[in-house]
Amino acid sequence: MTRPRVAFFSFGSCEGCQLQVLSVEDSLLELFGAIEVVNFREAMDDRRDDYEIACVEGSVIRPEDVTEIRQIRTRARILVALGACACLGGVNAIRNRRALADVAGEVYGGRQDGVFEALAASPISSVVQVDYEIRGCPIDRAEFLDAVRSLLAGTVPYTPAYAVCVQCTLRGTPCLLERGVPCIGAVARAGCEAICPAYGAPCEACRGFHDAPNFTALGEAFARAGMPREQAAAKLQLFNDYREVRAAWERALPSPSDT
Amino acid sequence: MGASAAVSVRHLTRVEGHGNIVVDVRDGVLTRCDLEIVEAPRFFEVLLKGRPAEEAARIACRICGICSVGHATASIHAVEAALGIMPGPKLRLLRRLNMAGEWLQSHVLHLGFLVAPDAFGAGSVVPLAASHPDLVKGALRLKRLANNICMAVSGRHVMPISYHPGWMGHWPEPAELEALRFSLAEAAPDLDALVDVFSQITWPSLARPAEHVAVLEAGAYPMMGGALHSTAGRMTPPAAYASVLQEYVVDHSAAKHVRGPGGDGSGKGGGTIRVGALARISLASDRLHPRAAVALQRLRLAPDSANPFDNIAAQVVESVQAHAEAVSAVEALLADPVSEGPAEATRAGGEGIGIVEVPRGTLVHHYEIAADGRIARANCLIPTAQNLASIEADMRAFVPGLLDRPKDEITHALEMLVRAYDPCISCAVH
Repeated sequence: MTRPRVAFFSFGSCEGCQLQVLSVEDSLLELFGAIEVVNFREAMDDRRDDYEIACVEGSVIRPEDVTEIRQIRTRARILVALGACACLGGVNAIRNRRALADVAGEVYGGRQDGVFEALAASPISSVVQVDYEIRGCPIDRAEFLDAVRSLLAGTVPYTPAYAVCVQCTLRGTPCLLERGVPCIGAVARAGCEAICPAYGAPCEACRGFHDAPNFTALGEAFARAGMPREQAAAKLQLFNDYREVRAAWERALPSPSDT
Repeated sequence: MGASAAVSVRHLTRVEGHGNIVVDVRDGVLTRCDLEIVEAPRFFEVLLKGRPAEEAARIACRICGICSVGHATASIHAVEAALGIMPGPKLRLLRRLNMAGEWLQSHVLHLGFLVAPDAFGAGSVVPLAASHPDLVKGALRLKRLANNICMAVSGRHVMPISYHPGWMGHWPEPAELEALRFSLAEAAPDLDALVDVFSQITWPSLARPAEHVAVLEAGAYPMMGGALHSTAGRMTPPAAYASVLQEYVVDHSAAKHVRGPGGDGSGKGGGTIRVGALARISLASDRLHPRAAVALQRLRLAPDSANPFDNIAAQVVESVQAHAEAVSAVEALLADPVSEGPAEATRAGGEGIGIVEVPRGTLVHHYEIAADGRIARANCLIPTAQNLASIEADMRAFVPGLLDRPKDEITHALEMLVRAYDPCISCAVH
């Protein structure tokens, strides 16, 4: 069997999802035996362009990112988006609500030329067609390996269609929302084993939404728990504020008060 | 007429993030010597603004996958300082254990995966796994151990979950600590082999003095905070960090550069600072754990070294240090495994600075928190940004001695120099 040729690329991100790939310690050598990695700047010198599968981390931010992702799309038979920045825009998109000149002015004292140039932070799918998405901030190591196995077998990688609340219940974690913690697991896509509530932090929907999110009901649940409905919107902003992503929740909830 | 050479490396490999090396020598005169930082800015200082202080550590850790525990720690320290929260000793120890896990993870990743290929003529860890399977398998086991430490404390290493102002959302169960104690003991031969392999590698020699900076806390190896110390004899309180670490914008880097107070202040030559493993050893070799002190001897590392390549050996020593720190933290937590109650805020808002030592050096998070509990202003000062001026000054010092070599060798030597600093470029730009 010939091994599929795979390339890894990163755009505006922390490269934490690629680190997750390198952190599959028990399976890394097996993984590198099952696929032929031909381009992975963070880990290797080789950079060949004859890849069949491209795994892309990060948001499109700079003008040259647009050119580069289009080129990757023409070369790759299958394009996989890795992580919240690539799939949703992630935290990068929070600043899109503000004028870029204003944002750059605050950080660089007004420099926007050359290496400082930036566009609205956008998910990969805003520029090119994405075939599969591996969600999460960061991606889950086991889920990444499952996706590789599916692609090797010629099947579609599995993504749960249900809410994080389901996995919280299965895990036996007491409900954070009922205790007045601003958790939005009820609208969030599962697959993470509800790890954040288990370690004492509310779900912030880093995997985006499940197939049937009810944002009006989320606002009402916040109100019942003694929190303003705006607070649900503020939480939704964290990973899901890119304009096409936020369209899903914007009409159902009052604007977060901090914008 | 002198020699001419032109080196251009677009997107240097085996480093975190996107950087280019551009060197131009015309008739013996060095006309360009830049490490261009072309990573996309994500504007984290702006992302933090307006968010509740409770969220700060979870947002800040997204600055960097490799040092996300470090960012969470600096961030939570800044929030706690602003709100007048005094965490108890066991909470501080638990967070120190997580930092030790991240140091080990980051150093082993750099040593085993990113720089070892240079020493053995491989392009990546893939051929290295075939030619030196013991080294790679040992590094993978150490990395797994480091990941398991962080999983026990904060759920995962990349984007730790449980950091809250004054408390941790998870306290490791005795069984989790027992498992860590067992795997820490099991890892001793792998650490020993790591020291052995790296003590046999000779890196290029380049002596260029710079001011080495680290934050030192009383009675411990530098990690969790304290005053800024430097090899120029300066000692600066955290509140005055900006006088020691002075940020400025340059044309060819989306990451700001940083100059120290010494020298001519131009950041070119004089006034350059170094942070990271070598800087910490320069300032605190007498505080190393006895096992790490033995590693220092075996590696023949001079604590006052001015050779940036010695940062590699310094990371090996600190891998042993991180392991020793983790062993003693796990023992102490096992001896008294009951969780510590939360420390309460004593004011609604204020200004706070968190400075910690992360694998690549001194990391500062500085916040202003408004009375409504939201972040009004944030500043983050990243170790790699602090090293950029030094890397370029080292390149300028290194190039003249390389000019009689073929272009490929000049290029590879410069790549190795930049890699020795273990730059984290996404983080530097943030």
